[in-house]
This record gives sequence, C-alpha cells and structure tokens, in this order.
Amino acid sequence: MVDGNTVGLRAQDLAAFRGERLVFRDLSFAVGPGGALVLAGPNGSGKSTLLRVLAGLGRLEAGILLWNGTDALVDLADHAARVAYIGHQDAVKPGLTVAENLGFYARLLGRGIGDALSALGLTELAELPARMLSAGQKRRLALSSLALTDAPLWLLDEPTLGLDTAAIARFGTLLAAHRARGGIVIAATHVPLPLGDVAELRLG
Amino acid sequence: MKGCLAILARELRLSLRHGADTLGALLFFVLAASLFPLAIGPAPETLGRLAPGIVWVCALLAALLPLDRLFGADLEDGSLDQLLLSGLPAFAIAGTKGLAHWLVTGLPLLLAAAPLAVMLRMPEDAIPALLAGLLPGTLLLSLLGTTGAAIVLGARRGGVLLPLLVLPLTTPVLIFGVAAADAASGGLSARPHLLLLAAMLAGALPLCPLAAGAALRGAAE
Repeated sequence: MVDGNTVGLRAQDLAAFRGERLVFRDLSFAVGPGGALVLAGPNGSGKSTLLRVLAGLGRLEAGILLWNGTDALVDLADHAARVAYIGHQDAVKPGLTVAENLGFYARLLGRGIGDALSALGLTELAELPARMLSAGQKRRLALSSLALTDAPLWLLDEPTLGLDTAAIARFGTLLAAHRARGGIVIAATHVPLPLGDVAELRLG
Repeated sequence: MKGCLAILARELRLSLRHGADTLGALLFFVLAASLFPLAIGPAPETLGRLAPGIVWVCALLAALLPLDRLFGADLEDGSLDQLLLSGLPAFAIAGTKGLAHWLVTGLPLLLAAAPLAVMLRMPEDAIPALLAGLLPGTLLLSLLGTTGAAIVLGARRGGVLLPLLVLPLTTPVLIFGVAAADAASGGLSARPHLLLLAAMLAGALPLCPLAAGAALRGAAE
C-alpha cells in the first residue's frame, strides 16, 4: 500500500541491477524530515548503487520512490533540485583552484560561494590549484558544496573517507545544521558518522 | 540558461589552463595539411586542385582529436554526475559541451583554414566558398562529434570506437563542403551546396544534443 500522506522520502520494494547482477530487491524504508539513515553492509552489497538510484542517476528496476507522497523519479530535473549527491569521486577539476571549483557549483545553483569555503576549513587553500590538494583536502572540497545547496535530501557515499578528526567535527556541524532545518541525510559508510541518532539499513 | 553559461565558462577556463591540449588539434591540422605539398609535390595545378579536399579531411580528423576527453574526464572525476544533478536537462548539458568544443576546436580550425588554403595554392576566388562551407561544417562536426563522444562514453576502447562511429556520419558534410569549394573554383555557384550544409545543420542542431543527452544519462547509470 502506498501511503500518500508520508512526508519525506519513502521507498517501497526497490530493486536494482549493477551490470548483470541484481544487487538488492524488496528494499523498503522511510526517512522523515530531520532523519538520517545509514546504509551498512559488506563491499558490493549495493550501497553505492542504492544511493545512485535514490539520486535519480541509476536505473530503478522495480519498486517506487516517493517524495512527500508523490513519485519522485517522474521528473528527473525536479528530483535533481532536491538532491545533493556526493559520490565516491570528488568531482574536483585539478586544473582549477579550490575557489573556482566551488564557485562553479555555486553558479550552477545560481548563487555566490558565501561562507561555503570556511564550512570545512578551506579558506586558506582557496587560491591553490586543486591538483595540489591531498586526498583528504579534495574530499573536504567535495563536501563543501553541501554548504551551498538547500536541497533537502543529502545522499553521501563514504563521506568521511580520508578526513582528519577536525574535518569530521566540522562536517558533523554541517550535518547537524542540515537536519535541524528538516533535511534528510542518507549515507553509506563503514565507519561511524558524526550524526547523532540514526536509523540503520543493512544491505546484503 | 545561467547553468549553461556556468558550464561554458568552466569549459573555456579549463581549456586555457590546459593550453597544450587545446592547441593540439590546431597544430595537428596545420601539420597534417603541410605534409601534402611534401608528399605530392608543390606543383600549383595539382595542389590547388586537391586543396579543398585536404583542408576538409584534415579539419575533420583534427576535430576528432579532443572528443575523447570531452566527456571522458567528467565521467572519471564524477563531474558528470554533478552536472546531471544540476537540474539542467541532459540535452542542455550536451549542447553546451558541443558549443565549447566548437569554440575551442572548430573556430580555431576555421580561422587557420584560410592561410592553409593559400599555402596549398588554392584558387583565390574559391577560398570564401571554402570558409563559408567550413562555418556550418565545423559546427556540424562538433555536434556529431559530441553525440558520438556521449554514445561511446564508458565503453571500453571508446577512443577507437569513436572515429568509427563519427566518421561515417560526417561523410555528407565532407561531400558538400568540398563540393562548395570545388564549384567556386570551377566558376559555378557554391550556393546549393552551402544551403544543403545549412539544412544539415538545422537538422543536427536539435537532434544531436537530444541524442547526446540521452546517451549521457545512459552512461551515468
């Protein structure tokens, strides 16, 4: 039964392929405003695939994804506006500076950088070409784009990979502020995230 | 629209930063065309007769060179996912990328074609027809090339597949482009050939970005 009154994200009987392999089926969950869901499970259990499906990037083989009670994936451009997705890759152009990288995503959203640089402590690195950054710094740059968006649904794939403890603490502040605004966080991870109370969904 | 401008600005900035890659196609064009006088001899009659074909074939091959990286870099570093989630329709992303390819590769080829044609002893009155054909021609090459690049995206050995896919599609462009210049050097009107090129452009302008956009979505899956 589809409950038309659910606020937030509701998934019913999802199934998806990766390549030729069915990675998950009959997957159902719901996350309300301010909620957080952590996807757990061994490597290859379909966490990244599920996140891509939720973002509207991957193909859903079966089931239905509801946003505030209506089918979320009917209009992909509409869905894209409510999603912020941070995948495995950092989507950082090595030839551009830190500020230019972030500025591009700000322009795509039609706004300025504001204080997004300071959200994860990148102010000092602003004019540095991104190719000079370490893996952890690149990750911080990718996560900084979360401070630009007001998309209610954050989909994060191993967000803290390579981050030091100070950066994880700043990231925790970002997550808490997002959830306080009524935002939803769905994250795939193998390590504990700075999230407070979370629901867990085990895959595989 | 704003989003498209942001993508275009970033593409142009990246091309400036990677100047060697950007100039590569242009230098290939000039060098490849310069080989012909060495290979077939500098006799003006022979060379001038072949010049339109040489310029066109070299421009075609040079335009193919940067296509491999047009979407490849974005797919590898995850930028493509972010572009698809920017709220812009996929065809607008593909169209903007195609425009960036033309500005960075097609337009310099067009500008270099005139001196190259002079070097190849092309009859002077045929050069305007050659350039008038190359203007829609290079735009068509960018559009078809963008579509091809989007379709082979994510495929193994995509770099080999790409010319095999794009070159057959560009044959009508080549035929009418060279025919326009040949007609002008023979004292005939180049107009029908140019109109046919413009008609092809009018068809490709909406269709190629749509096909490329669909292919981009497929590649992201």
